[in-house]
Amino acid sequence: MNPITLNHYLLLGALLFVCGAVCMAVKRNAIGILMGVELVLNGANVNFVALAHYNLAFAVEGQVFALFVIVLAAAEAAVALAIVLNFYNNHMTVDVDTAEELKG
Amino acid sequence: MHALLFWVLAVIVGVCAIGVVVTQNIVRSATWLLFTLAGTAGLFFLLGADFVGATQLLVYVGGTLVLVVFGVMLTAQGPFINLKTSAVEWAVTTVVGFLLFGVLAVTLWSWHPEEQRRRQAMDRALVELSADPANPPATADIQKFIADHYGITIDKDQVELYRSVLAANANPLQTMNSAVLGESMLGLKQATPVSTLSGVNARNVPKRTQMAYLLPFEIVSVHLLVVLIGAAYLARAKRRRGAVVP
Repeated sequence: MNPITLNHYLLLGALLFVCGAVCMAVKRNAIGILMGVELVLNGANVNFVALAHYNLAFAVEGQVFALFVIVLAAAEAAVALAIVLNFYNNHMTVDVDTAEELKG
Repeated sequence: MHALLFWVLAVIVGVCAIGVVVTQNIVRSATWLLFTLAGTAGLFFLLGADFVGATQLLVYVGGTLVLVVFGVMLTAQGPFINLKTSAVEWAVTTVVGFLLFGVLAVTLWSWHPEEQRRRQAMDRALVELSADPANPPATADIQKFIADHYGITIDKDQVELYRSVLAANANPLQTMNSAVLGESMLGLKQATPVSTLSGVNARNVPKRTQMAYLLPFEIVSVHLLVVLIGAAYLARAKRRRGAVVP
């Protein structure tokens, strides 16, 4: 069997990214959109860690940046959920198709 | 073994990621996402990034995903569990998604093909010809091996360069562990030795200074604190406006 090269991991990262982007575009539930964002960030993380493994120059940097991405994704998910909960409390819906007007 | 584990984990991650997109039910979507994140953590462990894999499980699966599930449970009243998107939107988005994936895949496969092939040839030659660690293979043998198996001619200078770079690195992957990560975050240890960055001759790479990630680490910590306070304020209990009166 052919050895697993860097391209395999980068392709998997690309697949995760595209799934996340499609999820963001397609879901009507606001939390579904948040799940798409998480998928995109995971795709980027797979790229980082794969390059850390396959390229000797980035052995530490890849993992450090993956750690930063994980922490920042957690922070962003917290704020996004706070916004979604506020929207739900004010409009009794999480359907983003109803979020058409700027006035609350 | 690495190949088998990679394919198993890649299939899990791929199928579950597609499951997140395709499912209409929001609770099932969250479960597919759970398995995707767990599969990604497995991939990190396979790539030798133990600390990142553990952090992924702890913070992403055990923190962020639990938060998402809280959000789902708090807002999953009757009509919001299954919000359907129209077929036209699905069609357009799927086409655009395939196009985007095609663009990324084509970029991957046409990126520096010559350089990649040369490096693969070099690695293969070094593995095949280095039977005796005390007796490294001669440059002429390596050139002959590569010419025979790959049909590429590599001149003596490039072989010497590649070998010097490998010798300088002395396989940092073997010594890469969480201690190195921690020490580089504090600036106690040079994070990465001199090696061939893409496109730069190894002899011309300037001496790398100590890479300390203490400052970004502190910035991220303060960022987390600020976000925590902000999210707690945003999501505080308020009198619900427009409450449904039976």
